[in-house]
Amino acid sequence: MSSHAIAHDHALEPPSATGIPHDKMGMWVFLCSEVMFFTGLIGSYIVLRFASPSWPHPGNTLNIWLTALNTFILICSSVTMVKALESVRNGDLGKLKLFLSMTLLGGAIFLSIQAYEYRHLLHAGFNPHVSLFGSVFYTTTGFHGFHVFCGVVCMAFVTGKAFLGKYTQAHHQGVETIGLYWHFVDLVWIILFTIIYLF
Amino acid sequence: MAEHGHPNYLTIFWILLSVTIVEVGYSFMKVPRPVLIGGLVALAGFKALLVALYFMHLKFERKALGVIVGSTLILGVILVSVGIGEHILPRP
Repeated sequence: MSSHAIAHDHALEPPSATGIPHDKMGMWVFLCSEVMFFTGLIGSYIVLRFASPSWPHPGNTLNIWLTALNTFILICSSVTMVKALESVRNGDLGKLKLFLSMTLLGGAIFLSIQAYEYRHLLHAGFNPHVSLFGSVFYTTTGFHGFHVFCGVVCMAFVTGKAFLGKYTQAHHQGVETIGLYWHFVDLVWIILFTIIYLF
Repeated sequence: MAEHGHPNYLTIFWILLSVTIVEVGYSFMKVPRPVLIGGLVALAGFKALLVALYFMHLKFERKALGVIVGSTLILGVILVSVGIGEHILPRP
């Protein structure tokens, strides 16, 4: 289909009944299902912890300062993501590319630090088999890490499109949609960091 | 997104950073466990709320979206509450 025909199809697209673009609404519905997914994991963690007669202090096993740094990096990447959206809305495509690249870098650094943390912990003998805490720790942080990985892959795709000049001030829904996912991943980490590392 | 003024994202960033530092410091304080957990949950909830409202622009979205997200959160709270209640409430 030619680009002219695609543009024509977009023009003919029926308006959303909710007033919210369809792809954005789709992302929100997906994020709602993700809320339930992580609620299940967090709920299981809380139930297991209540049921356990003893629970090791996370600070004795985990490197809280390293993870606090990782939390800082993820929060920074959320800021650069929202600045990327603001830039494209203002028609500043140069800053869009810059901020998307910084977000991508932030995600990659987060994953690298998490991989380093896992390697260090596994080397020290803290693995999913060693205790209930180990099992819960690797399950929750592992699933979150997988979500960050998926986010980084999608972010690379969106960043590539930005460098190819596919987004304009008028058409940039892809940037907003990946941004919603990215902020959600940040939000989940804020909660996981508190309940897994600090309790 | 609904039309709205631009929130100051850097202000939100500094608040998030400050609360994270407070959180980590607070976790090392010698306070009763329920006070510690309650405080940390409140701080994490505040940070999550800031991200949802300002970075995800939920504050400026249409009400329909708020209803959808709010319903999910209610279901989530029920899910966790049932699990906790299972251990707190006396068994028959």
